[in-house]
Amino acid sequence: MSALTHVGTEVSTDRSDLMAKSSGRALRDRLARFVMWGSFALACVPLVWILVSTLLKGGHMLLSLDWWTLSQNGITARRVGGGAAHAIQGTLLQALVTAAMSVPIGVFTAIYLVEYGRGRLAKVVSFMVDILTGVPSIVAALFIYALWVTTFGFQRVPFAVTLALTLLMIPTIVRSTEEMLKLVPNELREASYALGVPKWKTITSIVLPTAFSGIVTGILLGLARVMGETAPLIILGPYTKSMAHNLFDGLMGTLPTMINQDRTEALQPAIDRVWGAALTLILIVFLLNLLGRFVGRFSKVS
Amino acid sequence: MAKRIDVKDLDIYYGDFKAVEGVSMTVEPRSVTAFIGPSGCGKSTVLRTLNRMHEVIPGGRVDGKVMLDDQDLYAPSMDPVAVRRTVGMVFQRPNPFPTMSIKDNVAAGLRLNGIKDKKRLDETVEKSLRGANLWSEVKDRLDKPGAGLSGGQQQRLCIARAIAVNPQVLLMDEPCSALDPISTLAIEDLINELKSQYTIVIVTHNMQQAARVSDQTAFFNLKATGQPGRLVEVGSTQKIFSNPEQQATEDYISGRFG
Repeated sequence: MSALTHVGTEVSTDRSDLMAKSSGRALRDRLARFVMWGSFALACVPLVWILVSTLLKGGHMLLSLDWWTLSQNGITARRVGGGAAHAIQGTLLQALVTAAMSVPIGVFTAIYLVEYGRGRLAKVVSFMVDILTGVPSIVAALFIYALWVTTFGFQRVPFAVTLALTLLMIPTIVRSTEEMLKLVPNELREASYALGVPKWKTITSIVLPTAFSGIVTGILLGLARVMGETAPLIILGPYTKSMAHNLFDGLMGTLPTMINQDRTEALQPAIDRVWGAALTLILIVFLLNLLGRFVGRFSKVS
Repeated sequence: MAKRIDVKDLDIYYGDFKAVEGVSMTVEPRSVTAFIGPSGCGKSTVLRTLNRMHEVIPGGRVDGKVMLDDQDLYAPSMDPVAVRRTVGMVFQRPNPFPTMSIKDNVAAGLRLNGIKDKKRLDETVEKSLRGANLWSEVKDRLDKPGAGLSGGQQQRLCIARAIAVNPQVLLMDEPCSALDPISTLAIEDLINELKSQYTIVIVTHNMQQAARVSDQTAFFNLKATGQPGRLVEVGSTQKIFSNPEQQATEDYISGRFG
């Protein structure tokens, strides 16, 4: 590097010096290019590896209709058959309930922080959101366990899982919504005020519609992340092989716990199911991401 | 329906910083008043106090009186939202609402204030667009996004949006500074027409524009760097541009300034 700089700083009085300087820069350009492409390729290795191996080992499971319609009820690790419908609907149901709880809280918090928050309270709220962002999922799960089971004496039910997931999802929604609201130009708010539109109406009719697709993208990406969380499920929502719909009673199977269930089995049918469940989870998260991108396309602020 | 504005001993603050000091002036109904002066002297700030937009900025507050006919805009009983319905504003950069069509942009002021009568909205949209000299250009694409228009058309759309709520006074903050000469001419023609119905106050950096469109001109300047801005001189446009009383005004309009 120092040799290159030396060539560069040698004052360019004639043509050959000019050439030397530009070739040095070209070399550095090539080097930087190589490093960047190399890093990109390196980052792709685990991604491609995971995708290819889950596809190869679990792909055939997803091809049968049974996988999408049947549960594992009455099927032992030794036997082939059954499906993942119980786990898929469990994951989707819990994600839906989590979203229903965390989206209003998260979006309203973001609106407060961007549109109203001044002074100490806003600083404290913002700081708390930062802390919440850093809470590991296992800590959130144990907190809900301590509250739900130890303090209140309730049973471990799927609803407790969604509470822990809500705790994890709120900060991501607050942060992404905040960013989208900040992108809405202040001029639009002023244009609305100047028409004699009250502030709350300006927020609901001008600011939120302008940022809408961005907010939805953020929510979908947050949801995709929360779906893969496993710690709250293991602690608060033990696996079951049968279909379950009741959030407040009994157990409910989910994809992460289904993977965890058969993870230690050496029998081929169980191994196939683990890979199939993993691929299904990846597929659902991937579809949510795609949906997020698709909605983001129509973003009014970019 | 146009109203007179009386400003008395107006001091304007951003937090503890006094931005403008001791402004007193009168704006006659159905006339155009131009605010001129160097950047940062407080012209826009004064303009924004006339419809209580100044206090939207955190820390913004004023001392003194702004009277609209016989009503004090800063009386404790005054609702700033109601004031802004009476005193409309057009901004420097055209800012149509990006999520709305041309029609919805014009109807926004009425609709967001709870008027749902479709016939009345349609009538107001046409009347306002005609008033802003934009009707013939957009009448076939009222449902297309307002952001798809050219800069000059967008600014006329914003004027249509402002007059749709039927204000008494129209404030314009450098409405042509982002526009080309042709669009500027269109807006100036429009101002000439609008003044038969509205009291208009316009901030401009373009002195030819002030001379062309206004009946009265107010020259603002800083006392000194870091000091608050103040109103140096106000008078009929003809007098300010031909025979001003203050040396500073003469220096500024003849280009010998600073």
